[in-house]
Amino acid sequence: MSSRSPASLLLLLLPVALGACDRETRDYRSRALQSTDRPAAFGGNAYHLAQGQRLYAWMNCAGCHAHGGGGMGPPLRDDEWRYGGRIDQLVATILDGRPNGMPAFRDKITEDQAWQLATYVRSMSARTRQDMLAGRADEPANVEPPVLDERKPVRRVTPGQDDATEE
Amino acid sequence: MKRAAPLLLVLCGAGCGGSQSVAGRDGVQGALIGGLFDVFLWTTAAVYLFVLAYLALALVRGRRHRRDRAGAQGEPAAQAERIWHIGLIAFAGATALILAGLTVATWLTDRALAEAGDAAPLEIEVIGHQWWWEVRYQDPVASRIVRTANELHLPAGRAAHITLKSTDVIHSLWIPNLAGKQDLIPGRIADLSLHPLRTGVFRAQCAEFCGLQHARMALDVTVETPAEFARWYDAQLVPPPAPTGGAALAGFALFQNRQCASCHAVAGTPASGMVAPDLSHVASRRTIAAGTLPTTRDNLMAWVADPQAVKPGNNMPKVPLTEAELAALGAYLETLK
Repeated sequence: MSSRSPASLLLLLLPVALGACDRETRDYRSRALQSTDRPAAFGGNAYHLAQGQRLYAWMNCAGCHAHGGGGMGPPLRDDEWRYGGRIDQLVATILDGRPNGMPAFRDKITEDQAWQLATYVRSMSARTRQDMLAGRADEPANVEPPVLDERKPVRRVTPGQDDATEE
Repeated sequence: MKRAAPLLLVLCGAGCGGSQSVAGRDGVQGALIGGLFDVFLWTTAAVYLFVLAYLALALVRGRRHRRDRAGAQGEPAAQAERIWHIGLIAFAGATALILAGLTVATWLTDRALAEAGDAAPLEIEVIGHQWWWEVRYQDPVASRIVRTANELHLPAGRAAHITLKSTDVIHSLWIPNLAGKQDLIPGRIADLSLHPLRTGVFRAQCAEFCGLQHARMALDVTVETPAEFARWYDAQLVPPPAPTGGAALAGFALFQNRQCASCHAVAGTPASGMVAPDLSHVASRRTIAAGTLPTTRDNLMAWVADPQAVKPGNNMPKVPLTEAELAALGAYLETLK
């Protein structure tokens, strides 16, 4: 006990403090990711989420979907997905469009940007990890704030029809 | 450390000249503040020297006093005390007077700054983005509004009223040669008056840390004669020439049909994205990417090929393009004058 001076205690605490300096890596450039790696690489990344939020405004997604509550287009804050709620399904919806109004954004944004956008869209219907959250959104939402710990269907879905809860 | 001192001095001195000079007297506002700075510098320098001189005198006198103490003791003490008493009162009075003088000088400068405006200033809006400047020349006639990016042209001898806005985080516009800093705050409107006195090319810099590429957020400021300014302004109102053939035409088609047109605008074409710099006359600007690279065909191509290599973290994505497509885009961008 006597050998433990406050200085050595501080030294012991240093690695703990340094652990707080760990930051997630930011991929600014399209890496040649396997399609199986993409959901993990984008889904849990605060940077991609924030960029997705930026793109949501820039590409005027709110024009049809409002700020998640839906308008001319379907709402994005609930758990009803006409074309699947998995992130890769959302990317396909964004890039290739869907019948009855959803335009294709291929050649309007890059594939990486579509993944970022899908990351943000998915974060709307589930509680996002606190350390991933971007700053407070400026716009008022026309729905209740998301309080679900995990995605829960608002109506019963036939098993196997939609596997939105993928994690 | 001793060897580094002159180097440090040279480095500090470098901030006092050239296109980004903190001692800037190239604008009315900068000159006013510069004049006030001079008054403060020379007044406080004189006071400092006076105090040091007295300190030296006290040291010398104290030594002599101690030597003499052995001999005569205390007979003219009352008279000496009186002299010191008057001296101290005079010193305190002088201090109060000098401080009052400096206060008045500050007040006069402040008033001159407030009155420096013009009856009909040039109305300009500067919008800060991560990490570039959007510049919009206002005009009551909508077709005479000019939108450009990362460059600010001003006529010498005419006041300009700059409205400052931000779209994302706090930035700060600082054209040290012309005037002081002013913050651009999201959701608020700030303003800044400029009145350039002489022509020249200056460099403005974002002066509030705004993220990863804060350092590469420069604004190219050109102060020119009113005639030159009018010529530049009229050239900005004309859409760039439409490419007629060759690689430039292919580049034009790519620009319109690929990702470029979603964010960038080129006057006279369907490309009308408003979230990224207006590229209508990009080839006529001295630099691209907010002062990062000089505008050459090679740099334009290098930038489009991989924006994240040049300015990591910026919001322009890497668009997958073949080499031939890249060359065509380079040829097209070069025609945007």
